[in-house]
Amino acid sequence: MSEKKYIDIEFSQLDSERMRLFMGPQHPSTHGVLQLEVELDGEIVTDLIPHIGYLHRCFEKHAENMTYPQIIPYIDRLDYISSMNNELPYVMGLEKMLDIQVSEKVEYIRVIFSELNRIANHQIAIATFGLDSGAFTPFLYYFRDREMILTIFEKASGGRLLYNYFWVGGLAADVHPTFKEDITEAIRIIRDTNAEILNLLLKNKIFIDRTANVGILPADIAISYGVTGPILRASGIPLDLRKAEPYSIYERFDFDIPVGNGEVGTVGDCWDRNIVRFREMEESCKIIEQALKTFPSQGDVRENVPKRIRLPKGEIYCKAENPKGELGFYIISDGKDKPERVKVRAPSFVNLSALPEMSRGYMFADLVMILGSVDIVLGEVDR
Amino acid sequence: MEEANFVFNMIGENWIAFAIISLLPMIFLLAYALIAILGELKISAFIQERLGPMRTGPWGIIQPVAEVVKLLQKEDITPDSANKPLFNLAPFIMFAASYAGFAVIPFSSYFVPSGINLGLFFLLAVGSLGIIGLLMGGWASNNKYSLLGGLRAVAQIVSYEIPAAMVILTIAVMAGSLDLQEIIRQQSGWFWNWFVFGGSGGWIKIIFLPFSFIMCIIYIIASLAETNRTPFDIPEGESELVAGYHTEYSGMKFAMFFFAEYANMFIVSAIITIIFFGGWNSPFGDFMGGPIWGVFWFVSKAFVFVFLQIWLRWTLPRLRVDQLMYVSWKVLLPFSFVCFLALSLLVMLK
Amino acid sequence: MKDYFKNVWLGVWTALIGMRITIDHLFRKNVTVQYPNVHPKDKAGWMDMPSNARNRLYVDMDECNGCNSCARACPVNCISIETVRSVPGDAPPPLASGGKRNLWVSQFEIDFTKCCFCSLCTEACPTGAIVMTTEFEYSSYNRYDLVYNFVKLQNSMSDEKIAEVKEKWAEHQKEKKKEAVEPK
Repeated sequence: MSEKKYIDIEFSQLDSERMRLFMGPQHPSTHGVLQLEVELDGEIVTDLIPHIGYLHRCFEKHAENMTYPQIIPYIDRLDYISSMNNELPYVMGLEKMLDIQVSEKVEYIRVIFSELNRIANHQIAIATFGLDSGAFTPFLYYFRDREMILTIFEKASGGRLLYNYFWVGGLAADVHPTFKEDITEAIRIIRDTNAEILNLLLKNKIFIDRTANVGILPADIAISYGVTGPILRASGIPLDLRKAEPYSIYERFDFDIPVGNGEVGTVGDCWDRNIVRFREMEESCKIIEQALKTFPSQGDVRENVPKRIRLPKGEIYCKAENPKGELGFYIISDGKDKPERVKVRAPSFVNLSALPEMSRGYMFADLVMILGSVDIVLGEVDR
Repeated sequence: MEEANFVFNMIGENWIAFAIISLLPMIFLLAYALIAILGELKISAFIQERLGPMRTGPWGIIQPVAEVVKLLQKEDITPDSANKPLFNLAPFIMFAASYAGFAVIPFSSYFVPSGINLGLFFLLAVGSLGIIGLLMGGWASNNKYSLLGGLRAVAQIVSYEIPAAMVILTIAVMAGSLDLQEIIRQQSGWFWNWFVFGGSGGWIKIIFLPFSFIMCIIYIIASLAETNRTPFDIPEGESELVAGYHTEYSGMKFAMFFFAEYANMFIVSAIITIIFFGGWNSPFGDFMGGPIWGVFWFVSKAFVFVFLQIWLRWTLPRLRVDQLMYVSWKVLLPFSFVCFLALSLLVMLK
Repeated sequence: MKDYFKNVWLGVWTALIGMRITIDHLFRKNVTVQYPNVHPKDKAGWMDMPSNARNRLYVDMDECNGCNSCARACPVNCISIETVRSVPGDAPPPLASGGKRNLWVSQFEIDFTKCCFCSLCTEACPTGAIVMTTEFEYSSYNRYDLVYNFVKLQNSMSDEKIAEVKEKWAEHQKEKKKEAVEPK
């Protein structure tokens, strides 16, 4: 025992100096303006502190001074690559408080557009992850397809990225006449590209070597950090709000929840997180196809839109399954036309908090992969 | 043995001849670099269903010239805390090392800048000189990313020299010579006489054909690592190390690194061509043979391998440092030992 | 040992699969739209800009009655409107669509450096004067050039006219005050 202690002291004296590396905010692979203070022992990451706030835009304070419809454009800008999904929980919460029943057609369009945007988001997630791993080509294949989805959104709402499309009680505008054909064509092309990307990137041996057994997040740690979305599902927990607490009309559709099962490595590694996203795209395609089959083409999407929104006194928490996880809006109303407080439960922010847990003990090159696999959007982290 | 250099034949052995001989590869190199940069831009664009540069000239063909001019105009920044002599010296060493390699490259049966009979050995020796430039640049920049990049580059290149040396050793055994012209001459005739197909000889070589083929693949992989191209571009892996060892470089000094990288690409392609694909020999016997066509065959064969490098770069992701070492020491090295033994056996049987 | 050879083989084989895919794409049709040459408003296939695309705002001053609803609806306060009330008997010309007006709109400024293209103002407008157009090429070297005053741009009111109506209103106010004071 005493001898072991002696050896330990010897080794602690041999312990080399740790290097502190400030990664970001202008680093190519921090996905925005995130700074990571990394402590390195050689190439091994021993500790990590994410410094956030470079993109803080005071969303919550702004929201206190704006009327309810005025907040929607700001909500678009939280997670700016899945804006349709962001708007959904907010308008659902207000509708619940105002007791508005939206028409069947509105619900269908909301679901279809949310799922399309989920595909677009996952495309970016996998594409930028590929870029982090050094594969540049899948990135552009996915962006080519994403343009198609954005064009569909633009035709319907007028905006390519920031839509302001889901309104309280309905939608901003009706969909364009060729809506069904456009989406059918888009899904066909998305599936084609996915088949290609699977072979080009996800099944590539080098890619598997880079991602398998890297950044493992065990299920219990994921739960204790409050991680949601594809990252939680990759750790083997099939929690999806669309199934667990069905909102809108999701209970009508038949789809699976892909979970990570450690096919090439351990459950909850970077590869699992990507394959979960990849399979979710296919599930989204399935949902859209089912929705298009029973899509009611008649109906006014704006019949229930109130002229002025004045919420009754009270509070509500409304959540939905964003591509990145559970996005929730906690709205407190004091009976005026402006909210007293809006709190956002941003999935990227919560997921980012588990990053140090995932990356300790891996190499510096792995850190980039782990950060890429978390799929954060700094607009949402900093709000 | 015929005279290896047409310049000496034409104007005799004087200083003008020496100047011309040493400048000819440089002219070739400049032209090649412009073509390769444009090729890289356009091939990557077409692979990714883009158009690439389109504004400078018709179909953007003057783009590389524009880039060179841009780099010349840029401010040449030396960081305050950098070690200035080393920092300024590094790109020149890097470029000098890759240019030195051109001294022994036989472009044709009548033109080789220096026809030394240790050409293969010279290429191996000079090729590893560039490491010093990399390490110097990485160290002298006084940037943590540069340092990591420089150290990785050295570890990578040193370990990939060994499988590459094994391949070259095999070729030396098969050809019985280190003279590049001699190696090429042994592969003359039809393309099945190339060393990638086991060299000239009887039907016995068919048994050993897979070994020489694997040997060729090993050398291609090792050469990718030596030129820091994807999937082995870890020293400059932009997603981790910003730009690796040349993070702090700008303007002309950055251009030198860039230029050296492209020159290295050609050198390794040339080596592959010489030792496996018959150098300046025509693949079809005497069809389009002779010294002038030799240049054409040599350059086009080398360009195929330059294209292969570009193609691989836009296909594959990047390996991690430890995996890179794994590939070198645990995959390439054992395989090259086995192939070396097998091919030595072939030489004995022949 | 088996795993070792399998891994080596997979490494080579999957790289070859990837190379086959990329070489296939090398000869496919490119999707780039050469933007200034091929304009998204004309013909760019998938990238064709729809007619309802939300870009620069346009205000038809013949339709604007100066009600200020757009400015109130704007989440970023990029619209600032100044109006002058008309004196009885000197009402501004009616709207192009026929409605009555009793405010002179002396200033209608939209700051396009602030505008977030949310289209809330067009919804709030009772007369349909403010609309979003498909025009998006309006960048400028000076950010003050991006503050558009639609009264000036469309010349709906000259400076003299503005001064005149302002004076008239001021006089009217004075008279009113006098009337209010005199009976005492």
